[in-house]
Amino acid sequence: MANTPRTSAAISGMGHSMKRKEDPRFIRGQGNYVDDVKLPGMLYLDIVRSPYAHAKIKSIKTDKALKAPGVLAVITGETLKTYNLHWMPTLSSDTQMVLPTDTVMYQSQEVAGVIATSRYAAADGVEAVEVDYEPLPVIVDPFKALAPGAAVLRTDKEGKKDNLAFHWEAGDRAATDKAFAEADVVVKQNIYLPRIHVASMETCGCVADFHPGTGQLNVYMTTQAPHAVRTVLALVAGHVGLTEEKIRVISPDIGGGFGGKVPVYPGYVIAIAASVVIGKPVKWIEDRMENLQADSFARDYHMVTEMAATKDGTMTALRIKTVADHGYTNASANPSKFPAGLFSICTGSYALKHAFTEMDAAYTNKPPGGVAYRCSFRVTEAVHAVERITDVLAAKLKMDPAELRMKNFIQPSQFPYKSVLGWEYDSGDYPRALKLAMDKIGYAALRKEQTEKRAKGELMGIGISSFTEVVGAGPSRDFDILGIKMFDSAEIRIHPTGKAIARFGTKSQGQGHETTYAQIVAEELGIPASDVQVEEGDTDTAPYGLGTYASRSTPTAGAAGAIAARKIKAKARKIAAYLLEVGEDELEWSVDRWQVKGSPDQHKTIQDLAFAAYTNHPPGMEAGLEAVDYYDPPNLTFPFGSYIAVVDIDKGTGQVKVRRFVAVDDCGHIINPLVVEGQIHGGLTMGLAPALFEEIVYDESGQNLTGTLADYLLPTAVESPKWELGKTVTPSPHHPLGAKGVGESPTVGAPPAIANAVVDALWHLGVRHVDIPITPEKVWRLLRQHGVTD
Amino acid sequence: MAKHKITVTVNGTAHEAEVDARLLLVHLLREDFSMTGTHIGCDTTHCGACTVLLDGEPVKSCTILAVQADGHQVMTVEGLEQGGKLDPIQNGFWQEHGLQCGFCTPGMMLTSYALLKRNKKPSEDEIRQAISGNLCRCTGYVNIVKAVQHAAAAQA
Repeated sequence: MANTPRTSAAISGMGHSMKRKEDPRFIRGQGNYVDDVKLPGMLYLDIVRSPYAHAKIKSIKTDKALKAPGVLAVITGETLKTYNLHWMPTLSSDTQMVLPTDTVMYQSQEVAGVIATSRYAAADGVEAVEVDYEPLPVIVDPFKALAPGAAVLRTDKEGKKDNLAFHWEAGDRAATDKAFAEADVVVKQNIYLPRIHVASMETCGCVADFHPGTGQLNVYMTTQAPHAVRTVLALVAGHVGLTEEKIRVISPDIGGGFGGKVPVYPGYVIAIAASVVIGKPVKWIEDRMENLQADSFARDYHMVTEMAATKDGTMTALRIKTVADHGYTNASANPSKFPAGLFSICTGSYALKHAFTEMDAAYTNKPPGGVAYRCSFRVTEAVHAVERITDVLAAKLKMDPAELRMKNFIQPSQFPYKSVLGWEYDSGDYPRALKLAMDKIGYAALRKEQTEKRAKGELMGIGISSFTEVVGAGPSRDFDILGIKMFDSAEIRIHPTGKAIARFGTKSQGQGHETTYAQIVAEELGIPASDVQVEEGDTDTAPYGLGTYASRSTPTAGAAGAIAARKIKAKARKIAAYLLEVGEDELEWSVDRWQVKGSPDQHKTIQDLAFAAYTNHPPGMEAGLEAVDYYDPPNLTFPFGSYIAVVDIDKGTGQVKVRRFVAVDDCGHIINPLVVEGQIHGGLTMGLAPALFEEIVYDESGQNLTGTLADYLLPTAVESPKWELGKTVTPSPHHPLGAKGVGESPTVGAPPAIANAVVDALWHLGVRHVDIPITPEKVWRLLRQHGVTD
Repeated sequence: MAKHKITVTVNGTAHEAEVDARLLLVHLLREDFSMTGTHIGCDTTHCGACTVLLDGEPVKSCTILAVQADGHQVMTVEGLEQGGKLDPIQNGFWQEHGLQCGFCTPGMMLTSYALLKRNKKPSEDEIRQAISGNLCRCTGYVNIVKAVQHAAAAQA
């Protein structure tokens, strides 16, 4: 079944590289993104932001702004306070100011909203608002924030005596400590994964459209989770009359999300409040500097990582102690039982018997952090720690890193595998993936080349990462966000002429759901994918779901689509039995029809049965052919892969060039190979980015020094390698289609492969670790330190 | 603020407008002319989402004033398809899966279109250099390069 399509190209079920159905509008410039929405009488919001990372607001003077041409209103924290809307919950049940009434807690924090008749007039209004600040001491270092005696930042929290956002731990501390005490070999490495930003090409924004006559609020919004947002809005603003039946959230075409469009940012709420107060539509579109300075930061983990092993290289225990910088509030979009996300996947692909991990999360004067960067809840951090420490161990043991991995992999016969930190890995074949990657890249020959180059003084490195991902949250018994269970949904309706509309609780931001979901329906029902219209993102029409992030769409909503289609197939069978005048058990399904067993000439196609469902259905049966499914996965899916990077380092400049990169991925059965390859290319590039280029940097006063694309470097086509892909197919045993999520695997797997390659290139000089991003400056300094470069 | 009367020919059709001196070309196109295919991705000329052709040359319309386009020819994504027929670059992007979220795509296609006008058979390196002023966050560029090669082959 592996990727040999069962259906014809005309039907294009699973395994067909169908050209995307969404593309005809995009290549004509006819996409409909939020900033393209233009409503009659629409006003514009622009936001006054704090230049200080921590300050008292002594006064906000709005009179000059209100006199500026086109400015209609200035909304401040005091305005919102009259409606009790100046605070809101974060997705991690922490609290966050919408607009401040007395104190700002990070540079670029929203201070006031200016409403005007045009974008330009609103910007003029922002310039004219006068805010008098009294600067306060700033803490940007999480270690200083957690030190005894540090000034308490969250004075809004009654009785709060420190800057600890939360403490979390997993595993058996005593047993792990014992294993370390008894180990032949112990290695330890401090690893820092800096704060980074998804920087989707489209920034965040919305058009809030409140109708005073009906009390209806429509919000067009850049959100990956429209249903959850609707519920959150109702919970926040129900007391002022915005109850859930009156709120419609529409997520139109989204120009990339990567997790950055999951949270509810203050700008959305200010626009909604303005629309409600003024009674006209209000558009808010953040500019890139606001985007890079205020929203959607990820990572910022300081991980002391240790591994214990026997002399012969059998890993025995893993211990990681993390200090996590969450900024001003804990705004992670994490499931509520998992404050550190799924970090406990940190034992990775290895059969470790002991592990313990703990985390202290700190509040600092940075914008809210902990939002994802194309990653399923902190898996990137976990994978980086285990894949780096594995290489540190290999160096210590003088073992080849591939051999060390092979020796310690969970073996195919051990699946389903219960990890020591509590996960049940559904399926995997790690040795096969690594072997394929090694064969594809020519590992042995590269090692030989490296030896020759070293002899000539050239710097070349080879790095491996054999990662295990955990995606598709969740089973609802364990996974919820703000109490809302993490199932997902599909509703399929077959029209009399045999065409279909299918709606889902997720929301594509470029993943190609309109195509792949249609292919799932085509696979199950034999209706050509081109005849299946897929819709998402309108809370008035789509069934409730938790949205698209954490590689969960295929594992949850995709599964719901398959199950809903099977419900339709079951009803169609009854209709077929009636029309063919046979018993249901005399029928068998073939691609797109029910046929009489042994006489396939006697059959009814899905199109015949759809027409009959409305025109000639059996007496006593309800008319119509449709089904809904809310799918609650029994487990997560565990995609995996092995990546190998080859880097060359310029001794003069310290520049790292990724010469080759082979990525072998396994995401189970593939729905659309073209789309999956595209996702992997993109994910790898978003793995390369933080490995070599991207970092959000703050100075001691809390100023973001990387607040434009001139300073925060996204890879271009010149820096991005020509990715070489390979695949193995190990189906998920519990997913109805045998599929797993894939969009984030490469972002998770690529950074340690590149970091390991760089360290490998410099190992003979005595270098044992480099934190990412591995910039030319960092490498140049190391080369100088080790006497290679003047 | 004094208004300036300008005439800009967009995709072969002359448009007149009275604009503020500070109005950006991208806002003229998107808001005054309702051509929303040209997108805005940054404010600093780095991302290229707003790329249009000004007298045939790719420019970033977020850093050109509308008044600077007075009397000039502008081509936007809406001008690529001719007589109901996709331009080869559009077809290349579709066939080779050169887009995902679609946000960078109009600018990316116009830069590529201009490249193919001056270089009918660009090498992979030439393509990568040519599009290096256009950022894409979804595709990793591999399929964008293939899309441009697809278009080049179709026009050969």
